[in-house]
Amino acid sequence: MVWRDYQKEIADDHFFYVRSCIRQSFFPGSEQFFLHLMRDVLGKDVYENPSHTTCTGIGYHADVVPFSTIQTVIARHYALMKEAGYKNIAISCVTSFGIYTEILETWKHFPEELEKTREYLYKATGREFDVPENVVHTSDLVYKFRDQIAAAAKYPLINKQTGEPLRVVEHIGCHYAKIFPKYGVGGAEFPQVLSGMIESWGGQVIDYPERRHCCGFGFRQYLVQANRGYSLSNTVKKFSSMKAYKPDLVLTNCPGCTMFMDKWQYTIKEMEGTTFGDNGESIPVLTYEELAALVMGYNPWDIGLQIHMVQSEPLLRKMGIEFDPSDKFRTKDGRQMPIPKNLINS
Amino acid sequence: MEKFGFSLSKARVINYDANDRGIVRYIIEREPSLKLCIECGCCTATCTTGNFTDFSLREIHILLKRGENEQVREKIRKCMLCGKCILVCPRGVNTRNVISVAKQAFRKTEGYEL
Amino acid sequence: MGRHVVVIGGGTAGMEAAGRLAREGVSVTLVEKGNELGGHLRDWYHLFPNRRSSDEVLEYLRGLVSHQNILLMKGRKVTGFSRKGDEFAVSVENGETINADAVLLATGFDLFRSERKEEYGYGIYDNVISSADLEAMFRKNELKLVNGNKPERIGFLHCVGSRDEKAGNIYCSKLCCVTAVKQAIEVRKVLPSCKVFCFYMDMRMGGALYEELYKEAQEKYSVSFIRGKVSEVAVNIQNRLVAKVEDTLVGRPLKMELDILVLMAGMEMSEDGIRLADEAKLKRGENRFFQPADHHFGTNMGNIKGVFYAGTCTAPLNITETISHARGAVMEIVNYLNQEK
Repeated sequence: MVWRDYQKEIADDHFFYVRSCIRQSFFPGSEQFFLHLMRDVLGKDVYENPSHTTCTGIGYHADVVPFSTIQTVIARHYALMKEAGYKNIAISCVTSFGIYTEILETWKHFPEELEKTREYLYKATGREFDVPENVVHTSDLVYKFRDQIAAAAKYPLINKQTGEPLRVVEHIGCHYAKIFPKYGVGGAEFPQVLSGMIESWGGQVIDYPERRHCCGFGFRQYLVQANRGYSLSNTVKKFSSMKAYKPDLVLTNCPGCTMFMDKWQYTIKEMEGTTFGDNGESIPVLTYEELAALVMGYNPWDIGLQIHMVQSEPLLRKMGIEFDPSDKFRTKDGRQMPIPKNLINS
Repeated sequence: MEKFGFSLSKARVINYDANDRGIVRYIIEREPSLKLCIECGCCTATCTTGNFTDFSLREIHILLKRGENEQVREKIRKCMLCGKCILVCPRGVNTRNVISVAKQAFRKTEGYEL
Repeated sequence: MGRHVVVIGGGTAGMEAAGRLAREGVSVTLVEKGNELGGHLRDWYHLFPNRRSSDEVLEYLRGLVSHQNILLMKGRKVTGFSRKGDEFAVSVENGETINADAVLLATGFDLFRSERKEEYGYGIYDNVISSADLEAMFRKNELKLVNGNKPERIGFLHCVGSRDEKAGNIYCSKLCCVTAVKQAIEVRKVLPSCKVFCFYMDMRMGGALYEELYKEAQEKYSVSFIRGKVSEVAVNIQNRLVAKVEDTLVGRPLKMELDILVLMAGMEMSEDGIRLADEAKLKRGENRFFQPADHHFGTNMGNIKGVFYAGTCTAPLNITETISHARGAVMEIVNYLNQEK
């Protein structure tokens, strides 16, 4: 296949891990599970430094953070990495991933920018840094270890009622490979990073006409309220195109895509009464870590699926996952939390 | 809609498969030279109407071929049928007759008044 | 000086040149890497602008090379050559070396590999085919979808791998426009009910009778032309292709379902030509083709004395031009052999 030409090197162990700004709020189980999977299940060394910050990518794309500033912020992360003795970086956000790769490419083509950044960082913090040897997105790692996850699968991506593979829409964040195809597994047009997981875990990848279209997120579109219609319109375009295929779930590798594909389904339902799933339901949107956790048999409430706007019960039933509805909004020590009203799909 | 302070944007895409090309078929049967247009724009450049309004005969030819009829229905009212466009067309399209036959075709469909 | 020339490449240019040299009393060794002579011509069905069968031209070329002064070496690749004094030593696979007084490179072109434009889905979607695949279908008289159905709508996409920085080729391959028009007509002849669309950036109909063919395609065969380059292709749930394009003359995006999309693959310097050029230190232009000594009056010569070029190893050329170019090379070689020493 064509995408054999686009395989990237993914290091095996010892990663300096950097967080996303929004993941922990909207789907907190993703990060928790990623760290658990890497450290406890696969026995890898993943180091996180509590003093690392946002990459400022959202500010950069909204034109409030200048390029020299964001380069220095990224350089500081590399400095923290150097100080801790790491050479491989694992980035959990696709926006950040785009930023890190853009800056690395800038330094390759404009070495004077690298020298300026060294100087800015040293003057501001007294720190020094090295360029990383291996840059991966966290979805690259789950892709790399997908077959180990498949080997431990308790609930493969099979519809228990019909015995058929689940129909999965995969959506790749634009900044994962559309900026630099060589940094993504499988290139820009048909990235393999998520489809590889889906196939390995027993599901069927849906190829629908707007598969390669942006989720609609866009930075300027949603930052200004009056512009959000552009964002929503693009999301609706994607969902309208996938609807005929009756997808069982949408799998994404970008925090922004997960958030918007999840939340805009609520918005369009409120605005126009439109839903895109089978039987008037909405389509659950999961991160690759959440899906890996479900496949491996973790409790859906422990990985935070109840935090999503579109609830995942229809998917859990198809996969034959046993769950206790009364545990859904209960804390670990048994206290009942308030239950949100009008939950979608629940 | 008001609820969120923004609304859906209408798609600008020409959905070729959803459009009806009955009008252009009617025209080409009666004025086959329309097929020869190579969209050079000479007709629009010389057009009496086109120099004062957004009337573009070149654009009308394409819109007809794509089945974007609603736009054409309104636009062709502006043509003054002077025929200068015929003189300049390098492919010999009978442009004036295209307009006349188009009007005929629209008249046959509901809602068109001369 | 002796009068022995090694011609590398047994396509149109190599055959024409070998045949003409032989008739000038020159002894020729014609080396062809494949098992048959004829090059790309063997894959084509009808030729533009008059849609004559390519077999007729092949027949003419075969007649030309069956000559006592020509030694044919088929199924053998030239691995390199070097100049020693006034002579060349041409090495062929299996260790053989042929001495020559002059070398003619007629190494031709490779068709752009359409899968490199991955957004079009060649090799992924069954009914996305290349212009060469369509010629093969015509030859077999099997113009149909993979599922056996008759296509109702076919699109031709011009400039695949040409005029495209992303493909690494900024030049125009110049034959694809007229090939698309020719193929569009062939489709309409074979399947009169099939609708045909050409998606083009510019219609470059610069050859003799090309514009006439274009007009005929519009007038007689009702082929539609849409100015805009397709940006991506996908399939819908009916497994029909969906193409996205801008209708640039309306200034709006357009989407259209198609049964078959034909990618008009451009021409690139052949990989074997590049290998030989690197081996023998022959200069190549930015377009990767052999760089001529002079663009106006030295297109059959390069930077090494005694080495000559013919045909599409110098630039995209059509059959007519290739044959003329090969004849030009013959004249240059004969002059060289007569004058030198």
